[in-house]
Amino acid sequence: MGRVAIIGVGQSAFVRNYPGGIRELAFEGFKEALLDAGIKAADIGASVICSAPEYDKQRSPAGVIAEYLGLNPQPTFYVESLCSSSSMGLRVAYSLVASGLHDVVAVIGFQKMSEITSAESQERMGRGADIQWESPFGTMMPAYYAMYARAHMAKYGTTAEDLALIRVKAATYGQINEKAVYRKAVTLDMFSDPSNPMSGPVASPLRVGDCCANADGSSCVILANEEKAQIFSKKPVWILGLGSATTPVNMANRDLFTGLAVAQAAAKQAYQMAGITPQQVDVAEVHDCFTIAEMMAYEDLGFARPGEGKELIRAKETYREGRIPVNVDGGLLSKGHPIGATGGSQIRTIVLQLRGEAGPMQVKDPVIGLVHNIGGVGLYGNVTILGRE
Amino acid sequence: MDDRFKKFGTVSFTAFTKTNDFVTHLEEGKVTGTKCRVCGKEYFPPRADCFQCLSSDMEWFPITGTGRLITYSTLKYAPAGFEKDVPYTIAVVDFGPYKMFGRIAPEVPEENLSVGMELRVKVNKLPSGQLSYVFCP
Repeated sequence: MGRVAIIGVGQSAFVRNYPGGIRELAFEGFKEALLDAGIKAADIGASVICSAPEYDKQRSPAGVIAEYLGLNPQPTFYVESLCSSSSMGLRVAYSLVASGLHDVVAVIGFQKMSEITSAESQERMGRGADIQWESPFGTMMPAYYAMYARAHMAKYGTTAEDLALIRVKAATYGQINEKAVYRKAVTLDMFSDPSNPMSGPVASPLRVGDCCANADGSSCVILANEEKAQIFSKKPVWILGLGSATTPVNMANRDLFTGLAVAQAAAKQAYQMAGITPQQVDVAEVHDCFTIAEMMAYEDLGFARPGEGKELIRAKETYREGRIPVNVDGGLLSKGHPIGATGGSQIRTIVLQLRGEAGPMQVKDPVIGLVHNIGGVGLYGNVTILGRE
Repeated sequence: MDDRFKKFGTVSFTAFTKTNDFVTHLEEGKVTGTKCRVCGKEYFPPRADCFQCLSSDMEWFPITGTGRLITYSTLKYAPAGFEKDVPYTIAVVDFGPYKMFGRIAPEVPEENLSVGMELRVKVNKLPSGQLSYVFCP
Protein backbone atom coordinates (compact mmCIF):
# COMPACT_ATOMS: atom_id res chain seq x y z
CA MET A 1 0.00 0.00 0.00
CA GLY A 2 1.53 3.30 -1.13
CA ARG A 3 1.73 6.55 0.76
CA VAL A 4 -1.07 9.12 0.61
CA ALA A 5 -0.37 12.85 0.41
CA ILE A 6 -2.34 16.04 0.84
CA ILE A 7 -1.65 18.17 -2.25
CA GLY A 8 -4.14 20.99 -1.79
CA VAL A 9 -6.02 22.72 1.03
CA GLY A 10 -8.53 25.52 1.15
CA GLN A 11 -11.23 27.10 3.25
CA SER A 12 -13.70 29.93 3.04
CA ALA A 13 -13.62 32.71 5.59
CA PHE A 14 -15.68 31.58 8.59
CA VAL A 15 -18.47 34.13 8.94
CA ARG A 16 -21.84 34.88 10.52
CA ASN A 17 -24.80 34.71 8.11
CA TYR A 18 -23.06 33.81 4.84
CA PRO A 19 -24.96 35.66 2.10
CA GLY A 20 -25.06 32.74 -0.40
CA GLY A 21 -26.22 29.14 -0.57
CA ILE A 22 -24.39 25.96 0.46
CA ARG A 23 -23.12 25.29 -3.09
CA GLU A 24 -21.56 28.75 -3.27
CA LEU A 25 -20.13 28.37 0.20
CA ALA A 26 -18.57 25.00 -0.75
CA PHE A 27 -17.15 26.59 -3.91
CA GLU A 28 -15.03 28.99 -1.86
CA GLY A 29 -13.05 26.30 -0.04
CA PHE A 30 -12.89 24.09 -3.13
CA LYS A 31 -11.54 26.86 -5.36
CA GLU A 32 -8.77 27.71 -2.89
CA ALA A 33 -7.77 24.03 -2.65
CA LEU A 34 -7.77 23.52 -6.44
CA LEU A 35 -5.60 26.61 -6.96
CA ASP A 36 -3.35 25.47 -4.12
CA ALA A 37 -2.91 22.03 -5.71
CA GLY A 38 -2.61 23.49 -9.21
CA ILE A 39 -5.11 20.98 -10.62
CA LYS A 40 -8.51 21.05 -12.30
CA ALA A 41 -11.79 19.46 -11.21
CA ALA A 42 -11.35 16.86 -13.96
CA ASP A 43 -8.16 15.63 -12.22
CA ILE A 44 -10.24 14.61 -9.19
CA GLY A 45 -11.42 10.99 -9.26
CA ALA A 46 -14.06 11.20 -6.53
CA SER A 47 -15.45 13.64 -3.97
CA VAL A 48 -16.49 13.07 -0.36
CA ILE A 49 -18.92 15.71 0.90
CA CYS A 50 -19.19 16.27 4.65
CA SER A 51 -21.62 18.18 6.88
CA ALA A 52 -23.98 17.67 9.80
CA PRO A 53 -27.34 17.14 8.09
CA GLU A 54 -29.58 18.70 10.74
CA TYR A 55 -28.55 22.14 9.45
CA ASP A 56 -29.18 21.38 5.78
CA LYS A 57 -32.36 22.20 3.90
CA GLN A 58 -31.05 20.39 0.82
CA ARG A 59 -31.71 16.68 0.81
CA SER A 60 -28.54 14.72 -0.08
CA PRO A 61 -26.26 17.77 -0.47
CA ALA A 62 -23.43 15.82 -2.16
CA GLY A 63 -25.29 15.86 -5.49
CA VAL A 64 -25.85 19.60 -5.83
CA ILE A 65 -22.41 20.44 -4.52
CA ALA A 66 -20.61 18.04 -6.90
CA GLU A 67 -22.65 19.50 -9.77
CA TYR A 68 -21.79 23.09 -8.82
CA LEU A 69 -18.08 22.29 -8.46
CA GLY A 70 -17.89 20.57 -11.84
CA LEU A 71 -17.29 17.16 -10.30
CA ASN A 72 -19.65 15.17 -12.57
CA PRO A 73 -19.56 12.40 -13.68
CA GLN A 74 -17.14 11.29 -10.95
CA PRO A 75 -18.60 9.49 -7.91
CA THR A 76 -19.61 11.62 -4.92
CA PHE A 77 -21.14 10.71 -1.59
CA TYR A 78 -21.86 12.06 1.85
CA VAL A 79 -20.02 11.33 5.12
CA GLU A 80 -21.35 12.44 8.48
CA SER A 81 -20.03 12.18 12.02
CA LEU A 82 -21.28 15.47 13.47
CA CYS A 83 -18.44 17.92 14.21
CA SER A 84 -15.79 15.46 13.00
CA SER A 85 -17.45 14.87 9.63
CA SER A 86 -14.61 16.15 7.46
CA SER A 87 -11.91 14.27 9.41
CA MET A 88 -14.02 11.17 8.90
CA GLY A 89 -14.24 12.18 5.23
CA LEU A 90 -10.45 12.34 5.15
CA ARG A 91 -10.26 8.84 6.62
CA VAL A 92 -12.59 7.54 3.90
CA ALA A 93 -10.69 9.42 1.18
CA TYR A 94 -7.42 7.98 2.47
CA SER A 95 -8.78 4.47 2.04
CA LEU A 96 -10.07 5.27 -1.47
CA VAL A 97 -6.60 6.40 -2.49
CA ALA A 98 -4.56 3.82 -0.55
CA SER A 99 -6.70 1.01 -1.99
CA GLY A 100 -5.83 2.14 -5.52
CA LEU A 101 -9.48 2.79 -6.38
CA HIS A 102 -8.82 6.50 -7.07
CA ASP A 103 -5.64 8.56 -7.64
CA VAL A 104 -6.97 11.89 -6.39
CA VAL A 105 -9.90 12.48 -4.01
CA ALA A 106 -11.37 15.76 -2.69
CA VAL A 107 -12.86 16.02 0.81
CA ILE A 108 -15.28 18.94 0.94
CA GLY A 109 -16.70 19.99 4.29
CA PHE A 110 -19.29 22.70 4.72
CA GLN A 111 -21.88 24.03 7.13
CA LYS A 112 -24.25 26.88 6.77
CA MET A 113 -25.46 27.02 10.35
CA SER A 114 -27.56 30.08 9.49
CA GLU A 115 -29.45 27.96 6.92
CA ILE A 116 -32.08 27.39 9.61
CA THR A 117 -33.78 29.91 11.91
CA SER A 118 -32.71 30.30 15.50
CA ALA A 119 -36.01 28.71 16.60
CA GLU A 120 -35.25 25.69 14.42
CA SER A 121 -31.75 25.65 15.86
CA GLN A 122 -33.14 25.68 19.43
CA GLU A 123 -35.33 22.73 18.55
CA ARG A 124 -32.47 20.74 16.98
CA MET A 125 -30.27 21.53 19.96
CA GLY A 126 -32.62 19.49 22.13
CA ARG A 127 -32.24 16.48 19.85
CA GLY A 128 -28.43 16.49 19.96
CA ALA A 129 -28.29 13.66 22.47
CA ASP A 130 -29.97 10.25 22.90
CA ILE A 131 -33.50 11.40 22.06
CA GLN A 132 -35.12 8.51 23.92
CA TRP A 133 -33.34 8.65 27.26
CA GLU A 134 -31.47 11.99 27.52
CA SER A 135 -33.25 14.68 25.50
CA PRO A 136 -36.50 14.47 27.57
CA PHE A 137 -34.50 16.05 30.45
CA GLY A 138 -33.63 19.14 28.40
CA THR A 139 -30.02 18.72 27.36
CA MET A 140 -27.65 20.70 25.17
CA MET A 141 -24.05 20.54 24.06
CA PRO A 142 -22.52 23.07 26.51
CA ALA A 143 -24.12 21.28 29.48
CA TYR A 144 -22.52 17.96 28.53
CA TYR A 145 -19.06 19.46 28.20
CA ALA A 146 -19.80 21.36 31.43
CA MET A 147 -20.26 18.00 33.18
CA TYR A 148 -16.79 16.99 31.96
CA ALA A 149 -15.44 20.33 33.24
CA ARG A 150 -17.04 19.75 36.64
CA ALA A 151 -15.55 16.26 36.92
CA HIS A 152 -12.12 17.50 35.79
CA MET A 153 -12.19 20.31 38.35
CA ALA A 154 -13.31 17.97 41.13
CA LYS A 155 -10.60 15.39 40.43
CA TYR A 156 -7.65 17.55 39.42
CA GLY A 157 -8.25 21.02 40.87
CA THR A 158 -8.52 22.64 37.44
CA THR A 159 -10.09 26.09 37.83
CA ALA A 160 -12.47 28.26 35.82
CA GLU A 161 -9.53 30.63 35.36
CA ASP A 162 -7.43 27.84 33.80
CA LEU A 163 -10.20 27.36 31.25
CA ALA A 164 -10.40 31.11 30.63
CA LEU A 165 -6.65 31.10 29.86
CA ILE A 166 -7.40 28.79 26.93
CA ARG A 167 -9.95 31.29 25.59
CA VAL A 168 -7.43 34.11 25.96
CA LYS A 169 -4.88 32.10 23.92
CA ALA A 170 -7.45 31.33 21.18
CA ALA A 171 -8.31 35.00 20.85
CA THR A 172 -4.62 35.89 20.60
CA TYR A 173 -4.49 34.01 17.30
CA GLY A 174 -8.06 34.66 16.15
CA GLN A 175 -7.05 38.31 15.91
CA ILE A 176 -4.34 37.54 13.34
CA ASN A 177 -6.28 34.92 11.33
CA GLU A 178 -8.09 36.67 8.51
CA LYS A 179 -10.39 33.62 8.09
CA ALA A 180 -11.60 33.77 11.72
CA VAL A 181 -15.14 34.81 12.66
CA TYR A 182 -14.09 36.28 16.03
CA ARG A 183 -11.22 38.74 15.56
CA LYS A 184 -11.27 40.48 18.94
CA ALA A 185 -8.98 40.13 21.95
CA VAL A 186 -10.19 38.38 25.11
CA THR A 187 -8.63 39.08 28.50
CA LEU A 188 -8.94 37.34 31.86
CA ASP A 189 -10.51 40.51 33.29
CA MET A 190 -13.54 39.96 31.04
CA PHE A 191 -14.24 36.68 32.84
CA SER A 192 -14.15 38.32 36.28
CA ASP A 193 -16.32 41.28 35.25
CA PRO A 194 -20.00 40.36 35.82
CA SER A 195 -21.09 43.04 33.36
CA ASN A 196 -19.00 41.51 30.55
CA PRO A 197 -20.88 39.05 28.30
CA MET A 198 -17.88 36.66 28.40
CA SER A 199 -18.53 35.99 32.10
CA GLY A 200 -22.24 35.17 31.66
CA PRO A 201 -23.27 31.70 32.83
CA VAL A 202 -24.29 29.11 30.22
CA ALA A 203 -24.13 25.76 31.98
CA SER A 204 -22.11 25.70 35.19
CA PRO A 205 -19.14 25.80 35.39
CA LEU A 206 -18.91 26.94 31.73
CA ARG A 207 -19.47 30.58 30.79
CA VAL A 208 -20.10 32.35 27.48
CA GLY A 209 -16.36 32.84 26.96
CA ASP A 210 -15.77 29.09 27.29
CA CYS A 211 -17.95 28.34 24.24
CA CYS A 212 -16.94 28.42 20.57
CA ALA A 213 -18.44 30.70 17.95
CA ASN A 214 -21.02 29.32 15.51
CA ALA A 215 -20.19 30.15 11.90
CA ASP A 216 -20.89 29.40 8.27
CA GLY A 217 -17.93 28.05 6.35
CA SER A 218 -16.41 25.47 4.05
CA SER A 219 -13.14 23.59 3.75
CA CYS A 220 -11.49 21.36 1.18
CA VAL A 221 -8.60 18.89 1.38
CA ILE A 222 -7.28 17.16 -1.76
CA LEU A 223 -5.56 13.80 -1.36
CA ALA A 224 -3.40 12.00 -3.91
CA ASN A 225 -1.36 8.84 -4.24
CA GLU A 226 2.43 9.09 -4.27
CA GLU A 227 2.73 9.15 -8.06
CA LYS A 228 0.22 11.97 -8.56
CA ALA A 229 1.58 13.85 -5.54
CA GLN A 230 5.05 13.92 -7.08
CA ILE A 231 3.58 15.19 -10.39
CA PHE A 232 1.25 17.85 -8.98
CA SER A 233 2.87 19.05 -5.79
CA LYS A 234 6.15 20.72 -4.87
CA LYS A 235 5.41 20.38 -1.16
CA PRO A 236 3.22 17.34 -0.52
CA VAL A 237 2.31 16.73 3.11
CA TRP A 238 2.01 13.05 4.00
CA ILE A 239 -0.66 11.34 6.03
CA LEU A 240 1.40 9.39 8.57
CA GLY A 241 -1.25 8.19 10.99
CA LEU A 242 -5.02 7.88 11.31
CA GLY A 243 -7.00 6.94 14.40
CA SER A 244 -10.74 6.75 14.89
CA ALA A 245 -13.00 5.59 17.72
CA THR A 246 -16.47 5.87 19.27
CA THR A 247 -18.00 6.07 22.76
CA PRO A 248 -21.64 5.46 23.78
CA VAL A 249 -23.86 8.50 23.16
CA ASN A 250 -25.63 8.16 26.49
CA MET A 251 -23.65 9.50 29.46
CA ALA A 252 -25.04 6.64 31.55
CA ASN A 253 -23.05 4.19 29.45
CA ARG A 254 -19.69 5.95 29.84
CA ASP A 255 -16.90 5.31 32.31
CA LEU A 256 -14.65 8.35 31.89
CA PHE A 257 -15.71 11.95 32.68
CA THR A 258 -12.32 13.63 33.07
CA GLY A 259 -11.17 12.99 29.51
CA LEU A 260 -12.58 11.75 26.20
CA ALA A 261 -12.13 8.00 25.76
CA VAL A 262 -12.52 8.42 21.97
CA ALA A 263 -9.62 10.84 21.80
CA GLN A 264 -7.38 8.56 23.85
CA ALA A 265 -8.21 5.56 21.67
CA ALA A 266 -7.89 7.43 18.37
CA ALA A 267 -4.61 9.02 19.44
CA LYS A 268 -3.14 5.66 20.41
CA GLN A 269 -3.98 4.24 16.96
CA ALA A 270 -2.64 7.28 15.11
CA TYR A 271 0.64 7.38 17.07
CA GLN A 272 1.12 3.67 16.47
CA MET A 273 0.43 3.94 12.72
CA ALA A 274 2.78 6.93 12.41
CA GLY A 275 5.40 5.28 14.62
CA ILE A 276 5.84 8.40 16.75
CA THR A 277 5.36 9.51 20.36
CA PRO A 278 3.36 12.56 21.52
CA GLN A 279 6.65 14.33 22.25
CA GLN A 280 7.48 14.31 18.53
CA VAL A 281 4.45 16.45 17.60
CA ASP A 282 5.59 19.99 16.69
CA VAL A 283 2.21 21.65 16.21
CA ALA A 284 -1.38 20.57 16.88
CA GLU A 285 -4.95 21.50 16.12
CA VAL A 286 -7.39 20.26 18.74
CA HIS A 287 -11.18 20.34 18.91
CA ASP A 288 -11.76 23.25 21.31
CA CYS A 289 -15.53 23.56 20.91
CA PHE A 290 -15.36 24.47 24.61
CA THR A 291 -12.28 25.45 26.64
CA ILE A 292 -12.53 22.23 28.69
CA ALA A 293 -12.31 20.24 25.44
CA GLU A 294 -8.86 21.69 24.73
CA MET A 295 -7.76 21.08 28.33
CA MET A 296 -8.76 17.41 28.06
CA ALA A 297 -7.14 17.16 24.62
CA TYR A 298 -3.74 18.13 26.10
CA GLU A 299 -4.05 15.11 28.37
CA ASP A 300 -5.84 12.69 26.02
CA LEU A 301 -3.17 13.25 23.34
CA GLY A 302 -0.30 12.77 25.79
CA PHE A 303 1.01 16.36 25.68
CA ALA A 304 0.45 16.42 29.45
CA ARG A 305 -0.23 13.73 32.05
CA PRO A 306 -3.85 13.36 33.25
CA GLY A 307 -4.70 16.37 35.42
CA GLU A 308 -1.62 18.34 34.34
CA GLY A 309 -3.12 20.06 31.29
CA LYS A 310 -3.56 23.19 33.40
CA GLU A 311 0.23 23.43 33.87
CA LEU A 312 0.67 23.61 30.07
CA ILE A 313 -1.64 26.57 29.63
CA ARG A 314 -0.48 28.35 32.81
CA ALA A 315 3.11 28.21 31.47
CA LYS A 316 1.95 29.24 27.96
CA GLU A 317 3.51 26.05 26.56
CA THR A 318 0.70 25.78 24.00
CA TYR A 319 1.34 29.27 22.60
CA ARG A 320 3.15 29.65 19.26
CA GLU A 321 6.56 29.90 20.93
CA GLY A 322 5.86 27.15 23.49
CA ARG A 323 6.85 23.49 23.73
CA ILE A 324 3.72 22.26 21.88
CA PRO A 325 1.81 25.00 20.05
CA VAL A 326 -1.94 24.24 19.95
CA ASN A 327 -4.64 26.00 17.93
CA VAL A 328 -2.45 28.91 16.88
CA ASP A 329 -5.06 29.74 14.22
CA GLY A 330 -7.63 30.72 16.87
CA GLY A 331 -9.19 27.28 17.17
CA LEU A 332 -12.91 26.67 17.12
CA LEU A 333 -13.22 29.21 19.94
CA SER A 334 -12.18 32.19 17.77
CA LYS A 335 -11.82 30.92 14.20
CA GLY A 336 -15.36 29.53 14.50
CA HIS A 337 -16.99 26.11 14.23
CA PRO A 338 -19.00 25.50 11.04
CA ILE A 339 -19.54 21.87 12.00
CA GLY A 340 -18.93 19.94 8.76
CA ALA A 341 -16.09 22.26 7.66
CA THR A 342 -14.14 22.21 10.92
CA GLY A 343 -11.99 19.08 10.46
CA GLY A 344 -10.89 20.15 6.97
CA SER A 345 -10.01 23.60 8.29
CA GLN A 346 -7.90 22.04 11.05
CA ILE A 347 -6.12 19.87 8.45
CA ARG A 348 -5.53 22.98 6.32
CA THR A 349 -3.92 24.80 9.23
CA ILE A 350 -1.50 21.93 9.89
CA VAL A 351 -0.66 21.51 6.18
CA LEU A 352 0.16 25.24 5.92
CA GLN A 353 2.25 24.99 9.10
CA LEU A 354 4.25 22.02 7.75
CA ARG A 355 4.85 23.84 4.47
CA GLY A 356 6.00 26.97 6.31
CA GLU A 357 3.13 28.97 4.82
CA ALA A 358 1.14 29.87 7.94
CA GLY A 359 2.08 33.56 7.85
CA PRO A 360 1.90 35.37 11.19
CA MET A 361 0.74 32.13 12.86
CA GLN A 362 3.78 30.13 11.66
CA VAL A 363 5.41 27.88 14.25
CA LYS A 364 9.20 27.47 13.96
CA ASP A 365 10.09 24.73 11.45
CA PRO A 366 7.55 22.00 12.32
CA VAL A 367 8.08 18.50 10.88
CA ILE A 368 5.12 16.62 12.37
CA GLY A 369 1.62 17.98 13.03
CA LEU A 370 -1.51 16.50 14.61
CA VAL A 371 -5.25 17.09 14.21
CA HIS A 372 -7.76 16.08 16.93
CA ASN A 373 -11.36 16.40 15.73
CA ILE A 374 -14.29 15.26 17.89
CA GLY A 375 -17.93 14.67 16.91
CA GLY A 376 -20.68 15.20 19.48
CA VAL A 377 -19.63 15.11 23.13
CA GLY A 378 -16.79 12.68 22.60
CA LEU A 379 -19.07 10.42 20.58
CA TYR A 380 -16.88 10.22 17.46
CA GLY A 381 -13.14 10.88 17.63
CA ASN A 382 -10.58 11.23 14.85
CA VAL A 383 -6.86 11.89 15.25
CA THR A 384 -4.76 12.49 12.14
CA ILE A 385 -0.97 12.82 12.05
CA LEU A 386 0.67 14.64 9.15
CA GLY A 387 4.34 14.97 8.25
CA ARG A 388 6.62 16.80 5.88
CA GLU A 389 8.39 13.56 4.99
CA MET B 1 -50.08 1.56 18.57
CA ASP B 2 -48.70 1.55 22.10
CA ASP B 3 -47.40 5.11 22.48
CA ARG B 4 -46.97 5.19 26.26
CA PHE B 5 -43.41 6.51 25.95
CA LYS B 6 -44.66 9.92 24.82
CA LYS B 7 -45.37 10.60 28.50
CA PHE B 8 -41.68 10.41 29.47
CA GLY B 9 -39.90 13.67 30.32
CA THR B 10 -40.69 17.37 30.04
CA VAL B 11 -40.69 16.90 26.27
CA SER B 12 -40.73 13.39 24.78
CA PHE B 13 -39.06 13.00 21.41
CA THR B 14 -40.21 9.47 20.63
CA ALA B 15 -43.42 7.61 21.43
CA PHE B 16 -42.47 4.10 20.38
CA THR B 17 -40.12 1.66 22.09
CA LYS B 18 -40.31 -1.91 23.30
CA THR B 19 -39.35 -0.61 26.75
CA ASN B 20 -42.52 1.42 27.29
CA ASP B 21 -43.37 -0.53 30.46
CA PHE B 22 -40.84 1.89 31.98
CA VAL B 23 -43.50 4.61 31.80
CA THR B 24 -46.14 2.40 33.43
CA HIS B 25 -43.66 1.69 36.23
CA LEU B 26 -43.16 5.45 36.72
CA GLU B 27 -46.95 5.79 37.01
CA GLU B 28 -46.82 3.11 39.73
CA GLY B 29 -44.08 5.06 41.55
CA LYS B 30 -41.16 2.84 40.53
CA VAL B 31 -38.00 3.64 38.55
CA THR B 32 -36.83 0.48 36.79
CA GLY B 33 -34.08 -0.96 34.67
CA THR B 34 -33.89 -4.18 32.69
CA LYS B 35 -31.89 -7.34 33.39
CA CYS B 36 -31.03 -10.03 30.87
CA ARG B 37 -32.52 -13.34 32.00
CA VAL B 38 -29.81 -15.27 30.12
CA CYS B 39 -26.53 -13.60 31.13
CA GLY B 40 -27.70 -11.47 34.06
CA LYS B 41 -26.40 -8.14 32.76
CA GLU B 42 -28.27 -5.17 34.20
CA TYR B 43 -29.09 -2.19 32.02
CA PHE B 44 -29.97 1.42 32.57
CA PRO B 45 -31.33 2.94 30.43
CA PRO B 46 -33.60 -0.09 29.94
CA ARG B 47 -33.16 -2.16 26.79
CA ALA B 48 -35.30 -4.72 25.00
CA ASP B 49 -32.25 -6.63 23.75
CA CYS B 50 -28.97 -7.74 25.33
CA PHE B 51 -25.94 -6.86 23.16
CA GLN B 52 -23.76 -9.11 25.30
CA CYS B 53 -25.55 -12.42 24.64
CA LEU B 54 -28.08 -11.36 21.93
CA SER B 55 -31.03 -12.48 24.04
CA SER B 56 -34.29 -10.52 24.04
CA ASP B 57 -35.49 -12.22 27.21
CA MET B 58 -35.37 -9.33 29.67
CA GLU B 59 -36.94 -8.74 33.07
CA TRP B 60 -37.57 -5.48 34.92
CA PHE B 61 -35.94 -4.65 38.26
CA PRO B 62 -36.57 -1.67 40.56
CA ILE B 63 -33.73 0.78 41.15
CA THR B 64 -33.25 1.16 44.88
CA GLY B 65 -30.60 2.41 47.28
CA THR B 66 -28.14 5.19 46.64
CA GLY B 67 -25.62 5.99 43.93
CA ARG B 68 -22.63 8.33 43.83
CA LEU B 69 -22.83 11.69 42.03
CA ILE B 70 -20.17 11.61 39.29
CA THR B 71 -20.81 15.04 37.79
CA TYR B 72 -23.49 17.70 37.19
CA SER B 73 -24.20 21.01 35.49
CA THR B 74 -26.85 23.68 35.98
CA LEU B 75 -28.28 25.05 32.73
CA LYS B 76 -29.02 28.77 32.41
CA TYR B 77 -30.24 28.34 28.81
CA ALA B 78 -32.46 25.57 27.49
CA PRO B 79 -33.54 24.08 24.21
CA ALA B 80 -37.05 24.63 22.81
CA GLY B 81 -39.75 23.31 25.15
CA PHE B 82 -37.66 23.52 28.33
CA GLU B 83 -37.45 27.32 28.74
CA LYS B 84 -39.82 27.41 31.73
CA ASP B 85 -37.69 24.90 33.68
CA VAL B 86 -34.51 27.05 33.71
CA PRO B 87 -32.42 26.86 35.81
CA TYR B 88 -32.22 23.10 36.23
CA THR B 89 -29.42 20.67 36.93
CA ILE B 90 -28.53 17.54 34.97
CA ALA B 91 -26.33 14.85 36.46
CA VAL B 92 -24.77 11.41 36.10
CA VAL B 93 -25.10 9.08 39.10
CA ASP B 94 -23.19 5.81 39.48
CA PHE B 95 -25.18 2.93 40.98
CA GLY B 96 -22.43 0.33 40.50
CA PRO B 97 -23.55 -2.16 37.83
CA TYR B 98 -25.13 0.74 35.87
CA LYS B 99 -25.18 4.53 35.84
CA MET B 100 -28.12 6.90 35.39
CA PHE B 101 -28.39 10.19 33.56
CA GLY B 102 -31.16 12.56 34.67
CA ARG B 103 -32.06 15.69 36.57
CA ILE B 104 -31.42 16.70 40.16
CA ALA B 105 -34.69 17.31 42.08
CA PRO B 106 -35.68 20.98 41.63
CA GLU B 107 -35.85 21.60 45.39
CA VAL B 108 -32.12 20.76 45.80
CA PRO B 109 -29.99 23.92 45.35
CA GLU B 110 -26.81 23.59 43.27
CA GLU B 111 -24.64 24.74 46.19
CA ASN B 112 -25.75 21.67 48.15
CA LEU B 113 -24.27 19.35 45.50
CA SER B 114 -20.78 17.94 45.43
CA VAL B 115 -19.09 15.28 43.32
CA GLY B 116 -19.06 11.99 45.23
CA MET B 117 -22.18 12.61 47.36
CA GLU B 118 -24.81 9.87 47.72
CA LEU B 119 -28.10 10.33 45.87
CA ARG B 120 -31.19 8.22 45.38
CA VAL B 121 -33.68 8.30 42.54
CA LYS B 122 -37.43 8.98 42.76
CA VAL B 123 -40.35 9.38 40.39
CA ASN B 124 -41.22 12.95 39.44
CA LYS B 125 -44.76 13.65 38.24
CA LEU B 126 -44.84 16.93 36.33
CA PRO B 127 -47.82 19.36 36.47
CA SER B 128 -48.34 18.74 32.75
CA GLY B 129 -49.04 15.05 33.46
CA GLN B 130 -45.69 13.97 32.04
CA LEU B 131 -43.58 11.53 34.05
CA SER B 132 -39.89 11.61 34.85
CA TYR B 133 -37.37 10.77 37.55
CA VAL B 134 -35.06 12.95 39.63
CA PHE B 135 -32.10 12.44 41.96
CA CYS B 136 -32.17 13.69 45.55
CA PRO B 137 -30.10 13.24 48.75
